[in-house]
Amino acid sequence: MKGLSLFLGCVVPNRYPGIEMATKLCLAKLDIDCVDLESASCCPAPGVFRSFDRTTWLTLASRNIVLSEQKERDMLTICNGCFSTLEDANRSIKHDEGSKEEVNKHLRKIGREIKGDIDVRHIIEYLYQEHGPEKIASFVEKQLDIRVAVHYGCHLIKPTKDRELGNFERPAFFDELVTALGATSVDYPDKMACCGAGGGVRSAMKEKSLGMTRAKLSRIEETGVDCIVNSCPFCHMQLDAGQTEIKEMNGPDFNIPVLHYTQLLGLALGFPPEMLGIDTDIEKNRTLTDLLDQQN
Amino acid sequence: MMYTDQETTLDNLKRVSAEALRCMQCGICSSSCPSGRHTSLNIRKLVKIAGKTTDILSNEELWMCTTCYNCQERCPRDIDIVDILLDIRAISVKNGRIHPEHRNICMMLIEHGHAVPINEEIRKKRTTIGLEEFPETVHKYKDGLKEVKDLLASCGFEELIIQTEQTEKDGNI
Repeated sequence: MKGLSLFLGCVVPNRYPGIEMATKLCLAKLDIDCVDLESASCCPAPGVFRSFDRTTWLTLASRNIVLSEQKERDMLTICNGCFSTLEDANRSIKHDEGSKEEVNKHLRKIGREIKGDIDVRHIIEYLYQEHGPEKIASFVEKQLDIRVAVHYGCHLIKPTKDRELGNFERPAFFDELVTALGATSVDYPDKMACCGAGGGVRSAMKEKSLGMTRAKLSRIEETGVDCIVNSCPFCHMQLDAGQTEIKEMNGPDFNIPVLHYTQLLGLALGFPPEMLGIDTDIEKNRTLTDLLDQQN
Repeated sequence: MMYTDQETTLDNLKRVSAEALRCMQCGICSSSCPSGRHTSLNIRKLVKIAGKTTDILSNEELWMCTTCYNCQERCPRDIDIVDILLDIRAISVKNGRIHPEHRNICMMLIEHGHAVPINEEIRKKRTTIGLEEFPETVHKYKDGLKEVKDLLASCGFEELIIQTEQTEKDGNI
């Protein structure tokens, strides 16, 4: 198995840097060989750029993949959107000579060439498949006795013809990684429903996208959890910033903490919330951190 | 001339939508669609008219899909509905139709190499939590940003996006 390079994307470093910090801390603590990937750009986002021009989308994605190829490392993503773009692009390059040649015509102009000799991984499936919940559990320093609503998001597992992560209707691998930390993964209606952000809907039709978010948050609120845990910073933004946006539109005040899995893992590995970018000056997060403090 | 343009676009639509002809209009796609519960998106109808008329290019519903893939996963005829929809969107963009917000995102990519670029607040926040002010991306590596810009030019992307702006100004949208 190759070592990894960390692909940051846009939303993590430029909106939720706490997730970047949490990822780096967790990977080091779990002794996973992962280095920075210098000079990468936007993946580019599948819902928008692939919708506009496939060649541009594939070429820019390929440049990012080349950066990791040159390090002879597989690429680790922490975002469902980046995973969707990079995994789909990498598969096209590996299995479609025509696409590969077309992309290389552009890449040669900047002195690069894609080979198609590495893999693209998502941190959730990577941790599950290469380490497994038992091994993750053995690293836990602080059992998290909390109720969690797991949000898989869409592009980690779909389209299933291109992912090899089993059934998309009732998957369990992400839940197992959560329960490995001592937490309870609570079942809730519409658990597998979309957050509402993808496909360029959040940017072009925000109110409509928040309609989907509001429905999902309502189901979670009715179920009663201590936090939502996701595998994607774009879902994270929609479920987190979306709560403020819904409130501003005279909707309900959900007040549910939202964590990326790396932040939840970081808490279980013993890192303080501030180091993981979990803002304790925000009321909804304090409810969670106070609860965890009481359990010490 | 207009007629030829129209024919080419329709030919393109027919090519990317060929699979949709297998549709039996069962409606499993629509009943699986999270967007359809909250918007006017009727994916079953879009599949029905895909490849049959250029009218679909101005249909706002094209842009209400979050690409969650539920419809595609559950389609009993195994039609790659989302993939078809993305191809139709691309034809729509080539015909000069793009949301202003989407054009803004394209301009962000063209200028910064990031669809969501960094800002003052986040630069400060990064240093507060112990990260470098700029991430290890094209935000920090200007030669990398130049590569991205060169690739976007090579692919004709900037031209494509500017052209959509012109189409909008001309009132052809």
